[in-house]
Amino acid sequence: MNPVNETLAMNAVPTPLAFPPANEPAAPEPSARKAHVTIRGLTKRFGDQSLYENFDLDLPRGRVVTFFGPNGCGKSTLINMICGLIPMDAGEVLFDGKTREETTIGYVFQNYRDALFPWKKAADNIQYPLRLRGVPKADARRRVEELVAEFEVKFDLNRYPWELSGGQQQLVSIMRALAPRPEVVFLDEPFSALDYEATLSIRERLQATFMRSGVTTVIVSHDLEEAVYLADEVFLLTKRPTRVAEVVDVGLARPRGVQTLSQPDFVRTRAHCLEVFQREVRR
Amino acid sequence: MKRFEATLARLVVLVGPLLIIGLWWVAAAAKWVSPKLLPDPWSTLQTLWTSVMEGAIWADFRGTAVRTLYAFAIAAVAGIPAGIVLGANRTIYRSVEFAIDFFRSTPATAMFPLFLLVFGIGEFSQVAVAAFAAWLVILFNVAYGVMNARQTRILAARVMGATTGQVFRHVMFFESLPQTFVGLRVGVSMALVVIIVAEMFIGSSNGMGRRIIDAQQVFDLAQMYASILVTGVLGYGLNVFFLALERHFVRWSGK
Repeated sequence: MNPVNETLAMNAVPTPLAFPPANEPAAPEPSARKAHVTIRGLTKRFGDQSLYENFDLDLPRGRVVTFFGPNGCGKSTLINMICGLIPMDAGEVLFDGKTREETTIGYVFQNYRDALFPWKKAADNIQYPLRLRGVPKADARRRVEELVAEFEVKFDLNRYPWELSGGQQQLVSIMRALAPRPEVVFLDEPFSALDYEATLSIRERLQATFMRSGVTTVIVSHDLEEAVYLADEVFLLTKRPTRVAEVVDVGLARPRGVQTLSQPDFVRTRAHCLEVFQREVRR
Repeated sequence: MKRFEATLARLVVLVGPLLIIGLWWVAAAAKWVSPKLLPDPWSTLQTLWTSVMEGAIWADFRGTAVRTLYAFAIAAVAGIPAGIVLGANRTIYRSVEFAIDFFRSTPATAMFPLFLLVFGIGEFSQVAVAAFAAWLVILFNVAYGVMNARQTRILAARVMGATTGQVFRHVMFFESLPQTFVGLRVGVSMALVVIIVAEMFIGSSNGMGRRIIDAQQVFDLAQMYASILVTGVLGYGLNVFFLALERHFVRWSGK
């Protein structure tokens, strides 16, 4: 199967699987290609510079999507607008037809040091989104224990974030984002402030979580190898005004490991992405 | 050997005070300065000892401490909420920024006559000027703390579904605490300075300021130096107390 899909369209849907007709019940399998997040007519301008102009995008349900594109194309701005952290000038974002306020999402910031609350212990940080929702203390504590088991956490969560290493802090941020069982998880360059050892270990645990829960996941990455390695689908973005140049389906089996990086399919997919990227940068 | 070095390192802090006392003693013994102006450290400490033991100094000490804390309490109660409002709203802040900066740069003691006119000659005038000076410091620091709350933490709370009120209580409040404590510490020192000066020059029946100037008037210099030392102890004690409070409540400051 050719992992690379050449469709060039705004709402590009990878071709290897047929798109089910709208009124037919969607298959329950996790890779069912029904859009989970729909973005329509998104416009964002900075001064007279247009970043997004009437931008449409569908994010597939239950898949891991990575955004990759040239510097300044607004990858992080895009997910921040989807999450309602930055206002958009025009457009609409719906999660399963619901608004952002009606949807539980998780968000992992690049800078874990500024994102965690240093006045709360790590465990209380993770419980925070649950306590906001009025979940009783005992239930929130049980959920933390579940996450500890799921992520095989070996360090003491009764310590304060600033007593933990960078990798441990980012793991706490990820657990906090996943605590309320979000419908969609967004990660903004989650590994770029971490050392390689921590990156490898967290990546592996994240992958295990994707495989187990099948939660729709969106990752912004500035590293092409990482973008391909993590993704079910890589969304390659153009220079501003930003469009989707291509959606590349990464057909590699999970769990992926170090050996994946040297598989011919992986190498071919990455080379193709690089080609598209370079074409878009030069354009 | 290691332990000896560690003890030595700890004793290093005593070098400064011992040097001052040594220099003082030499200056008095060699009569560099007239003994009328500079009694030797021994007789000063003796005076201090008798004043403390006989209790003569306590009424003055208590008077100054109570007035300082009274002024500080008014300043904190009025300054913290106002600072939060100011810090949370750019427009309000910008509209009063100049006025605050102006009065912060004006020596509070220049306002004595005005406060005397408004509050009359008496203890409350002293407290009012000191409270005003400390209030400005606290107000400014709290507003600064709120304004400089880390944006990422506010966004993190919002994306998890916190309402504006919850963002305020759960994030902005804690984010502003370190700077608030700085304001409280500087504010209490400021209150003490103003109270001491006010006690000297606005009629007052007791207080360390009164005691210092009385000793100077009758040329009892040992008593004057002893009172200055006690005032210093009060100021230093307040500073240490607020620093300890700060360390206890905002251990995460700067993390």
